[in-house]
Amino acid sequence: MTIMAMLVPGALLLGALGLIAFFWSLRSGQYEDLEGAAHRVLIDDDEDKIE
Amino acid sequence: MAGLILEPAAAGCPSGLAQPLPADDAPARDLRAFVRGDAKGHDTLELMVTGAKCAGCIRKIEGGLLALPGVAEARLNLSTGRLRVAWTPDLIAPQRIADTLTALGYRAQPFDPEMAQRNVDAEGRFLLRCLAVAGFAAMNIMMFSAPIWFGEDMGDGTRTLLHWISALIAIPAALYAAQPFFRSAWTALKARRANMDVPISLAVFLTLGMSIAETLQQGKHAYFDGITMLLFFLLIGRYLDHKLREKARTAARELLALQAVAASRIDAEGRIEIISARDIAVGDRLMLAAGDRAPCDGVIEGGLSELDCSMLTGETTPVPTRIGDKILAGSINLTQKLTMRATAVSENSAVAELARLIEVGEQGRGRYVRLADRAAALYVPVVHSLAALTFLGWFIGPALLRAVGFEVADAGLRVALLNAIAVLIITCPCALGLAVPAVQVVSTGRLFKRGVLVKSGDALERLAQVDTVVFDKTGTLTLGRPRLISEIAPDVLAAAASLARVSRHPLSRALVEAAGPGVACADAVEVPGSGVEGAIGGARARLGRRGFAAEGASDSGDGAAELWFTLGEAPPTRFAFEDALRPDAATTVAALKARGMEVELISGDRPAAVEAAARAAGIEHWRAHVAPADKTVRLQELRAAGRRPLMVGDGLNDAAALAAAHVSASPGTAVEASQAASDLVLQGAELAPLVEAIDIAKAAKARAVENLRFSALYNIVAAPLAAAGFLTPLIAAAAMSGSSLIVTLNALRMQFARASS
Repeated sequence: MTIMAMLVPGALLLGALGLIAFFWSLRSGQYEDLEGAAHRVLIDDDEDKIE
Repeated sequence: MAGLILEPAAAGCPSGLAQPLPADDAPARDLRAFVRGDAKGHDTLELMVTGAKCAGCIRKIEGGLLALPGVAEARLNLSTGRLRVAWTPDLIAPQRIADTLTALGYRAQPFDPEMAQRNVDAEGRFLLRCLAVAGFAAMNIMMFSAPIWFGEDMGDGTRTLLHWISALIAIPAALYAAQPFFRSAWTALKARRANMDVPISLAVFLTLGMSIAETLQQGKHAYFDGITMLLFFLLIGRYLDHKLREKARTAARELLALQAVAASRIDAEGRIEIISARDIAVGDRLMLAAGDRAPCDGVIEGGLSELDCSMLTGETTPVPTRIGDKILAGSINLTQKLTMRATAVSENSAVAELARLIEVGEQGRGRYVRLADRAAALYVPVVHSLAALTFLGWFIGPALLRAVGFEVADAGLRVALLNAIAVLIITCPCALGLAVPAVQVVSTGRLFKRGVLVKSGDALERLAQVDTVVFDKTGTLTLGRPRLISEIAPDVLAAAASLARVSRHPLSRALVEAAGPGVACADAVEVPGSGVEGAIGGARARLGRRGFAAEGASDSGDGAAELWFTLGEAPPTRFAFEDALRPDAATTVAALKARGMEVELISGDRPAAVEAAARAAGIEHWRAHVAPADKTVRLQELRAAGRRPLMVGDGLNDAAALAAAHVSASPGTAVEASQAASDLVLQGAELAPLVEAIDIAKAAKARAVENLRFSALYNIVAAPLAAAGFLTPLIAAAAMSGSSLIVTLNALRMQFARASS
């Protein structure tokens, strides 16, 4: 049973980390332009450096 | 979407997803009134960009702007079409930015910065935060609930410990995440109404209270998992619904952006200053360059030009102006610079008058009760009486049974309360909350891919009920551009086109389009209100009105738009034009009729033109010379006769009628005000998606009704189970998530269903 004293807070901590990460992503505007983000990965902005 | 990254050689979207917007009819607007400074000392401008569709567009626009001197930041939001540009002051004029976008093949419209500020979707973010909290709580509590459900040999102490941990997560999480429901329920109760959120809020409080009481008594039935899961599912439905409404609101704001146009005021010393249209005072002298839209009503004081009033009246032929003529807000100055004196300020001008008509129309439409709300009105009293009956049945039922001779023990207050609350939990409208929004989101997403923008969920419900379709002519059933119909010898056409190339007049442009590429006549000059004059091969050439270019020629009498051309002593040539129908207008009308709909044509144009268009499109009922207010009257007549009209229109003169219709649509070429007033915007040059939209709306209604029926069936099965006292936390969790999944999957069928054609 003592294992629960470690596992329960551990599980809650991981869950809370996920929640905080989500809040951070929301605040930093990552959900403002979902369509644009999907398209931006296709832009080759490093093509000048390859030469 | 192959070949996204093409070299930006051609204008417009490199993937060909949107037609490039020609540079020559971009409205000339002064952007200085919209520039604001930011914290870093840069000047910033927010623009609404139309025509951007893909990664190639992002790269073209951002790359093109960043290459300009002084531009520090250019960021395009592809979802909303908003572009933010920041630059070092004085290094570049804001007009360069708009010109660059126009040259790239896109159209940019400035945003009033104060309005842009309000544009941030705070409500949507709050719902997402609530959703995240509910999701986090549901998942973590499930971790403690699973051992309780399946650990048959678990001791009372361990179970109570796990319940307490669940309570510590569930109580704050539920109180936070249920705020949207509490607020809406409170608003409804204050207005002495009951909506779906009243039973939800009640269930949240009762479930939390009962579960805490059970935990204190070391009982088995705590519903912390059920309540957080319920909130999670309900918030998904709520968020989807909000996203749809937000789209509609954004579209409505663009109407205000239209009114925020800048104006050029001429002060006492003759200098021109740029002011916002809202700051115009009666008596101000204003300058209108060719291509400008009049910012307010007024009287012309100087200059000779022609006005395009088609957006106001539906009349395609440009109106020549003289000094002293009236000019209405929203008309476009075509050929020469004009000065005007303002006679009505922005709020009292014709455009604002139309905006008010739109508002009135929309209030009428606000009386439409949404499907989900109608279900809620039926649902709430039934569920609450059922819970009350359950309580009474368990509390006084045994005593009644004993009175008639049965041997029954008393169940007690606690069991009666537990079972009554169990009824409220299991019937909580989880599936009901998802049933309609899920279908609407899937079907509007599907229509969006076909180029139809649906601005609200209930628009789709209203579209499914349509039985009459009313079309506007100019720009809706027709392309809104004149096209040359006369047979002209190639050398005469080429000569006339060389004169036409110096003019911005719509008929001249149509002539140039028919002639193809060529050179402009070097010494041609435009004579305002008359035509173009020049010398070709040493001979005098004139192109324009009959009285100017072909004195003495007789009137053909057919009323068509025309240009006359004379070269030297040769007899004059007549160029007749017509406004061509959209290629699929006739097939669309036929498809609508095949669906049992009445089709009407109402236009502000001349009877001859309207009759020709009606005959070509196969429409029997048509009216010509209809004033904007009379269009609204006609729609009110139709509604009073019990019909459900769909209005399709594009001009400012249609905006009020669009708002008065049961449901409305406008083509993507329509003015902003009309797009804002309509429920659907067709983004391509075709009308056919309209038919598909009606089909999908009907299918969506069928799915939504199926979902509501399933929710009702689920409640009919589950509620007696709970009333009889058989409900356990495991059954509650399984039943609630199961029913939500089923309605969502049923909604997803919309995605794959083939459109009936």
